[in-house]
Amino acid sequence: MIVNGYSVTRATPAARVAAMLGAIVLAILIAAPWWAGRADLRLLGELFLYLSLASLWNLMAGYAGLVSVGQQAYVGFGGYMLFALTMFAGLPPVVAIAAAGVLGALISVPVAALIFRLRGAYFAIGTWVMAEVFRLSFAQISALGGGSGSSLPVGIVKSLAASRQSREWLAYWLALGAAVSVILVVYLFLRSRKGLALTAIRDNEMAAGSLGIDIWRTKFAVYVLTAALTSIVGALIFLQKLRISPDAAFSVNDWTAFVIFIVVIGGIGTIEGPIIGTLIFFALRETLADLGTIYLMVLGVVAIVVMLKAPRGVWGYIRDRFDLNLFPLGYRVSRTDPKES
Amino acid sequence: MPDTILELRGLDAHYGDFQALYGIDMQVTEGEVLAIIGSNGAGKTTMMRSISGLLSNRRDQIRYRGGAIGNLRADEVAHKGIALVPEGRQLFPSLSVEENLLIGGQVGRQGHWNLRRLYDLFPILEERRNVPSTSLSGGQQQMVAIGRALMSNPDLILFDEISLGLAPVIIKDIYTALPGIIGQGMSAVIVEQDISKALSVSSRVYCLQEGRVSLEGASDTVSREDISRAYFGID
Amino acid sequence: MEWINALVQGILLGGLYALFAAGLSLIFGVMRLVNIAHGDLIVLAAFLGLTVTTATGMHPLLALIVVVPLMAGLGYALQRGLLNQTLGDDILPPLLVTFGLSVILQNGLLEIYSADPQKLSAGGLETASLPVGGLSLGVLPLLTFAIAVLVIWGLQWTFYHTSLGRSFRAVSDNQDIAQLMGINRRHVFGLAMALALAVTAVAGILLGIRTSFDPSVGGGRLIFGFEAVIIGGLGNLWGTLAGGVILGVAQTIGAKIDPGWQILAGHIVFLLILAVRPNGLFPRIAA
Repeated sequence: MIVNGYSVTRATPAARVAAMLGAIVLAILIAAPWWAGRADLRLLGELFLYLSLASLWNLMAGYAGLVSVGQQAYVGFGGYMLFALTMFAGLPPVVAIAAAGVLGALISVPVAALIFRLRGAYFAIGTWVMAEVFRLSFAQISALGGGSGSSLPVGIVKSLAASRQSREWLAYWLALGAAVSVILVVYLFLRSRKGLALTAIRDNEMAAGSLGIDIWRTKFAVYVLTAALTSIVGALIFLQKLRISPDAAFSVNDWTAFVIFIVVIGGIGTIEGPIIGTLIFFALRETLADLGTIYLMVLGVVAIVVMLKAPRGVWGYIRDRFDLNLFPLGYRVSRTDPKES
Repeated sequence: MPDTILELRGLDAHYGDFQALYGIDMQVTEGEVLAIIGSNGAGKTTMMRSISGLLSNRRDQIRYRGGAIGNLRADEVAHKGIALVPEGRQLFPSLSVEENLLIGGQVGRQGHWNLRRLYDLFPILEERRNVPSTSLSGGQQQMVAIGRALMSNPDLILFDEISLGLAPVIIKDIYTALPGIIGQGMSAVIVEQDISKALSVSSRVYCLQEGRVSLEGASDTVSREDISRAYFGID
Repeated sequence: MEWINALVQGILLGGLYALFAAGLSLIFGVMRLVNIAHGDLIVLAAFLGLTVTTATGMHPLLALIVVVPLMAGLGYALQRGLLNQTLGDDILPPLLVTFGLSVILQNGLLEIYSADPQKLSAGGLETASLPVGGLSLGVLPLLTFAIAVLVIWGLQWTFYHTSLGRSFRAVSDNQDIAQLMGINRRHVFGLAMALALAVTAVAGILLGIRTSFDPSVGGGRLIFGFEAVIIGGLGNLWGTLAGGVILGVAQTIGAKIDPGWQILAGHIVFLLILAVRPNGLFPRIAA
């Protein structure tokens, strides 16, 4: 679009290059089962699931201003739904995973109705209480193994695919598919009317309110969408693990602390941030994990330092330095030759 | 010649990208009452916020008793003996009337003003000392705001729009009391939109227009024409 | 009688929860900060108590003489060195920084003290009881409740009858204007956190005498404290005590029905109150 010698574009040259590179990387990743070893494939699968969780948490905290420390509620819920629906309703695992998403959305509605009464930081702790309620409730269900949990029966595991190798391949592709879909959904959502409203809310709640944007409803929609997708990711996580227990399913450390560190370090409020953060997180984990608790303390210190010194994270730093935007959300105005208009 | 108590040297102030003050030069001499006039948005309140330390400036842009204070925090400025009666009174709603006055005295500077003398000046405040400050009328709230600043026994007191939003009869009372208040060896800067009130209590006047000094003169000699030119920018 | 016993035990347990909550309530009141690491700081105090008692052989209650000033000092340093930098209009920095702090504390404690459950040994005090009207009331729960009432009364008195409390309220009302009064808000925030962690120290020691603890239990203590604050209504310290009592009673009654239901019953009562009275039972200020 060219108006009076200015052109308004969404895509930047960098974004076009990134899209092309992205397509190549995606093709390579889809082919991973043929070039990666078993352990690497498993690691990549885990990486994609963390990337999905991080992108979703970022959508809530970085764009909708909903800081949750209780997303483990939906990870665990999704995992348990996979087990329950395959074991008791006889659904095929892949169908159960999708159904877990629907159920996650459904249960998130009354949950949101309650915790949206809490503001700001108290909302955060409210989400944690909810996750605890989920954990304690599932620990009461003896059919799912109560407090000690249960394993996915061999018959169901086998129904996924006959050989162990093809099961591992399928699990990998599902994880990759989840990450790509989540990033795509987040990207498209942020480009939509509601998404633009969200960015307006983040940048100025009063201005957005005066524009007549129903802030509450938009935040509610984000919460429910995030719950649905987080439940699906949760189901995939426990499809990889094949064993579930309340403590593992609703772990605040595994499903929230790490995710928050990924987003904060990578860059909150950007789509690229969680991607960078996940890569950094896994690189650190693979090199420092032997240090155990020290590694977690280092992670905490890094997150605090980033939050205070570079609140937009690694990606924010890169973007400010080089004016890069790989996922163009806004429009850019640039001067074109006046003769053209 | 009396000493200069406060001096602004090329004072600039910014709110983000917006520049509110451009190189203001100004002196306040010991014991003087200075008036600052100007229309809405001329930069008067910004100037008060800068002097009192609520806005941070370059160190040497504000000098007080010979020392550079431009970069000090508001609480440090208060300890140096500068008090601000802020625009809109800004009492502490969770504090009672007396607590609002006592908190002004927490700086711990000794001098003429104490709770007893304030209650003698504003007897109504003693009557209502235990009620929440929010339950007072606008005029009474202004008395508390002035009293709160006096309790710190400042050497320089800044009044920012003390007549704003008050009934004319109350404004008259306050301006009648003002010379007596300031007469305790203090210097004062009075920011006021009501030009005649400002001129009546001051010895010198500065007019601000769009962040710059547009007029400077003795209060009893400046002409109405000069003022309206400086005030509105009409030639 | 068993039910009355559960009820009374719940009320007394509420005293401990009010102590968890008081520090949280205080710092929220003064600087609108919600400290996610609050629970881990309670656990830290319990571990400090453990170190002091094992090193000196002191009674844990006597160890308060050491742990309270230690925690207060830590609070002041933490606020001025770290948390003051996070305060502003954006809620993300304080939340995420205290969350990071929580992870650091938890893993630090794990590194030093291991994951083994520990307990502070208070000798005869742990088992001593008083017969009251057919009930047998533990001396320790009674003492805990009395301390909670005393602490809250003390905080209330500090808030409304001292110049420090005046500064707390002034800074809470309007930070800029408070600065104009010569109050250095950074210092005042430091003092508020020091006071909050002094209370936390008392809570941690009493927790350590009552039950066993390990580095992972901080999150749960934060949640109990948080629930007591919200049930009681933000900004009301006596309301916080009431909130703690309601939570304690819900838990002991829940446990009476089914031991697995103890904690869940507390959460459910909290959620019910949130649904019916979102501002808590005795609100004083809007969140």
